[in-house]
Amino acid sequence: MSDSILQLTDVKTHFPITRGFLVKRHIGTVKAVDGVNLTVRRGEVLGLVGESGCGKSTLARTILQLVPTTGGTVVLNGRNLGTSSDRELLAARRDLQMVFQDPYASLNPRMTVFATLAEPLLVHRVCATEDVAARVAELMRLVGLAPRFMQKYPHEFSGGQRQRIAIARALALEPKVIVADEPVSALDVSIQAQILNLLAQLTKKMNLTLIFIAHDLSVVKHISDRVAVMYLGKIVELGLAADVIERPRHPYTRALVSAIPTPNPDTERTRQRIVLAGDPPSPINPPAGCAFHPRCAYAQAQCKLAAPALMADGPTREVACVRLADLP
Amino acid sequence: MPLLNVQDLRTHFHTRNGIYRAVDGVSFSVERGETLGIVGESGSGKSVTCYSIMGLIPQPPGRIVSGTAFFDGIDLLHCSPRQARSIRGKRVSMIFQDPMTSLNPFVRVSEQIIEPLLIHENISRRDALARALTMLEAVGINDAAKRIHYYPHEFSGGMRQRVMIAMALITKPELLIADEPTTALDVTVQAQILELIGKMQRELGMAVIFITHDLGVVSGLCDRVQVMYAGRIVETADTRTLFKDPRHPYTRALQRSIPALQSKGAELYTIPGLPPDVSKNIPGCAFASRCEFATDRCAASIPELIALDATHAQACLRVQAGETLART
Repeated sequence: MSDSILQLTDVKTHFPITRGFLVKRHIGTVKAVDGVNLTVRRGEVLGLVGESGCGKSTLARTILQLVPTTGGTVVLNGRNLGTSSDRELLAARRDLQMVFQDPYASLNPRMTVFATLAEPLLVHRVCATEDVAARVAELMRLVGLAPRFMQKYPHEFSGGQRQRIAIARALALEPKVIVADEPVSALDVSIQAQILNLLAQLTKKMNLTLIFIAHDLSVVKHISDRVAVMYLGKIVELGLAADVIERPRHPYTRALVSAIPTPNPDTERTRQRIVLAGDPPSPINPPAGCAFHPRCAYAQAQCKLAAPALMADGPTREVACVRLADLP
Repeated sequence: MPLLNVQDLRTHFHTRNGIYRAVDGVSFSVERGETLGIVGESGSGKSVTCYSIMGLIPQPPGRIVSGTAFFDGIDLLHCSPRQARSIRGKRVSMIFQDPMTSLNPFVRVSEQIIEPLLIHENISRRDALARALTMLEAVGINDAAKRIHYYPHEFSGGMRQRVMIAMALITKPELLIADEPTTALDVTVQAQILELIGKMQRELGMAVIFITHDLGVVSGLCDRVQVMYAGRIVETADTRTLFKDPRHPYTRALQRSIPALQSKGAELYTIPGLPPDVSKNIPGCAFASRCEFATDRCAASIPELIALDATHAQACLRVQAGETLART
């Protein structure tokens, strides 16, 4: 087994719900991330999938310490980010960068491409002022943009080009880990393919570790080495990408995989589909026991009692379901 | 006679930056009970086509420059407003992409669902409410008797889309236009909604125009598909033919760039460049600048949509000339 670069141990991120204007009363808690254990290996692409509201974006932000953690530890290269001082955290972020979903919102409209890409270089003092322009040009070439666009503003670019700028910004400090939160969901199919290819190339070339978040399973299967499936703040299944998506084990993963329409008219009309009833439950008041039990076809009384932990299922797979042995 | 027959529809938008030819010469027809998919990237004119038919184009800046849209013998683009009102919302209805913004947040769902009935049918409020209740139950809203009096914000995204569908179908339309009805929803909810649209279609025997950018959704639902690019139809065929034997280079390129159809890890095919700016007058094939098979001829004259056989038509000059476009 290759060595790990990032370890999450029982990570919890809860948000308080308060009511009242002057006197704030605490009336509940949104358990966005609720006990995630995950080890990310050096150089791998880890896909993180789940429906909206399952906590995948909050998990990404928790890894980068953009939201305060409620419990558990995030350890990057042996350094516990949760207990690091601001100064240490700043240093850690050289190794840990993020690409956001919406390239229209994540770039400052008043900063030129040059200013956007130069900022991390100057903040972290990684290159001398006179070399900045050369480094920015290099970064732009790396993501497939012509350096002559350096003085342009984000609005002069298309969505795909903006996402390239956002990727270049994340790469500026030569990080070891990049967290990409739905980097292609806002893009059209033909542009999506360009960005996926770019990310795949860069990961190989720069020996990056990539945490790739998406709700589109076919995209995740394409790019990832391993996939983690989240449901209501917890990981329910983890394994090699092709295994998880072609032979899902957890009842939720099965339903999720079967819900994806496939672009093949022959199989699409005949295949058996598992249509889940209802919506994902609210993370404010999650069901007791296994959070999936109200929608699960295999649920029994024991599923309502305790939340199942991730258990090994074969050498490369982990599944959180107490009835795993009984499943067909 | 087809239920809807659109001929040479051109919808242009006159803006400060020039004339945007959003739809530029589109002809198609829909038979009774048929499901037609319209596929294209953003900006290809698929939504504007349907908005034009429904009379939802703001004029100005929009202008329907030419064309006819005969629905059961009545030209929706040139008939009297009175005649148009008797058809739109009754015999043709529409569901929109975003269920969050297409319901009025200030009005109870019950009022919104019975509105088309009160307008189009001579019916008492009490009877209208009873029909609305039946409809809500038919679209799968539990506890409909109570929830019919809720406000839109009290429903989840999937539930709101069900309410939209109930509202669109309550007048038993002969044609339903669905503009990306599942794009804003999660895959498990999307599967529910697609199944619901299929079920309602079988029950009411209506025709459906399904606009989407997701080829997967099309493959399971549609009888026939037309692919749009830069305001024109570039290929139309029955679904199986379109997936098995696509002829137009754009359709072929689009299919090659979907991760689900490619082997894992292989580099995705990318269409170079960007969709053309429809405010510029393009003298030839709009796809020529991105097409790997383009010749000088392609940039010189606009190809017509010419039938290959009874159900398959496409607009590529080289394919029409009988050339086989083998990949280099």
